[in-house]
Amino acid sequence: MDKNKLLDLLRQNARLSNAEIAAMTGETEENVANGIKALEDEGYIIGYSAIIDEEKADDSGVTAVIELKITPIKDRGFDDLAHTIMEFDEVDSVYLMSGAYDLMVTISGTSLRNVALFVSERLAVLDGVLSTATHFILRRYKEKHHIFNEEKYDDRSMVSP
Amino acid sequence: MNYDEIIPKKIRDIQPSGIRKFFDIAQHVPDVISLSIGEPDFKTPWTVRKEAINILERGKTAYTANSGLMQLRKSVCGYLHDFINTDYDPESEVIITVGGSEAIDLAVRALIEPGCEVLVPEPSFVCYSPIVRMMGGTPVPIVTKAEDKFRLTAQALKEKITDRTRMLVLPYPNNPTGAVMRKNDLESIAEVLRGTNIIVASDEIYAEMTYNGIKHVSIAEIDGMKERTLVISGFSKAYAMTGWRLGYIAGPQPIIKQMLKLHQYCIMSSPTVSQYAAIKAIEDCKPDVVHMVEEYDMRRRLCVKAFNDMGLECFEPEGAFYVFPCIKSTGMSSEEFCEKLVYDKKVAVVPGNAFGQSGEGFVRVSYAYSVQHLETAFSRIRDFLKEN
Ligand SMILES: Cc1ncc(COP(=O)(O)O)c(C=O)c1O
Repeated sequence: MDKNKLLDLLRQNARLSNAEIAAMTGETEENVANGIKALEDEGYIIGYSAIIDEEKADDSGVTAVIELKITPIKDRGFDDLAHTIMEFDEVDSVYLMSGAYDLMVTISGTSLRNVALFVSERLAVLDGVLSTATHFILRRYKEKHHIFNEEKYDDRSMVSP
Repeated sequence: MNYDEIIPKKIRDIQPSGIRKFFDIAQHVPDVISLSIGEPDFKTPWTVRKEAINILERGKTAYTANSGLMQLRKSVCGYLHDFINTDYDPESEVIITVGGSEAIDLAVRALIEPGCEVLVPEPSFVCYSPIVRMMGGTPVPIVTKAEDKFRLTAQALKEKITDRTRMLVLPYPNNPTGAVMRKNDLESIAEVLRGTNIIVASDEIYAEMTYNGIKHVSIAEIDGMKERTLVISGFSKAYAMTGWRLGYIAGPQPIIKQMLKLHQYCIMSSPTVSQYAAIKAIEDCKPDVVHMVEEYDMRRRLCVKAFNDMGLECFEPEGAFYVFPCIKSTGMSSEEFCEKLVYDKKVAVVPGNAFGQSGEGFVRVSYAYSVQHLETAFSRIRDFLKEN
């Protein structure tokens, strides 16, 4: 079945059952199951997780976005350092960026102090790291097309033409 | 004061829409989840909203020309050229109206007088017959059937034509059945109408919402039909712009000219901000429409399967955003079914007979809702069927 269609549906809601996806796309359940398995096997889908309002789940937790400027290594570019950084459990994500800095790392921790310490004691000291800038997330409005604290209010009148 | 004495009988006799009646019931049941809304759940595309904001900032708040902004009329004509292969003159063959609703009203008021008969395929949208009656005309229902995919057949049409027939309303893609007329269906209808004086009021407001790779065909495209067809459409459904109140009517200049007087005296001009925004909708929002239609299509399949699996036989609609399952197997009338469902399980669907007597035995379910919402409603309906 159509790979992109399947990815689109799962991107919106990974909890749709195979039966639902089959009905929505006019495929058989078996085709859907095989399609998803193929996407997993071929590494298109690398995992599933819920989008959680972390402020609600853990109101003392903090998340920071850290900009890193680093020195690329001959032939290896930025990969080595990126790999080292992603080994830390505290690190949620690591991206190589275009523009004013090189790596963007997001980190979750139990307090501002812990995150700041992690940056200064673990990241800043790594060989090749030239500078860091830490930005704490203060409020989440929208993530992966989902809106936080959205009023689930349908302002259409209940019955209309 | 005896108001009945001063309000003409013709007005008092108009029945409120059956949809409205059911709304009054559903409204008083707390925590109802609704499958009864006939408008998109999408918001108007942001580009359109943004354009309206710009227009307000620039202070463009005056009346427009009676028939609408020239630029919008040109865009509409360009759109009709591309979409239904039919050319209209923006100067004299199109009026921008307050929704498809006003376009329907204009069509009937410009053409119907006492003694005229207007053929109305049913089940269909609720406003045609009351307006015909207000003009002193007689609405003549033509029953369409599930076994004909709720299409109008040439045979059924012929049986109802008399020398008093002035107009045929052609409400496809259809609300509430989701039926679509294919090109060959339209050709046989055209065959019956060519050479008569019958005008077709073709309500094509759902024309963008067709599925299974079917492309909308207008009867105006069929040979010899443009001169006897009024194409009625609007922005409400295709661009999720219900509240902007904007539609249009296109047709032969001699009729449009007469309608323009009615429009001029009762409306002046359609909402200015909406008109500017609509230009943007036509010019920039094709991808948004495609995206919305893809979403509706997935929900449509989900609904058809869900109702058939529940044992409520459901015709596969090819257009609009409704399914029209048959509830005769429950032994209840449409109204009993809907009232009981709303009281017992707090799910609101619209009784089919609100769209004409031939809708009895069916209910209209709108899928202008998220998949999650639909699934919750289905599971309640499943429970309801087990208990009844
Ligand atoms: C078949 C049909 N025609 C016309 C209309 C009127 O729509 P509007 O006045 O918003 O353009 C509707 C609205 O539900 C409809 O279902």
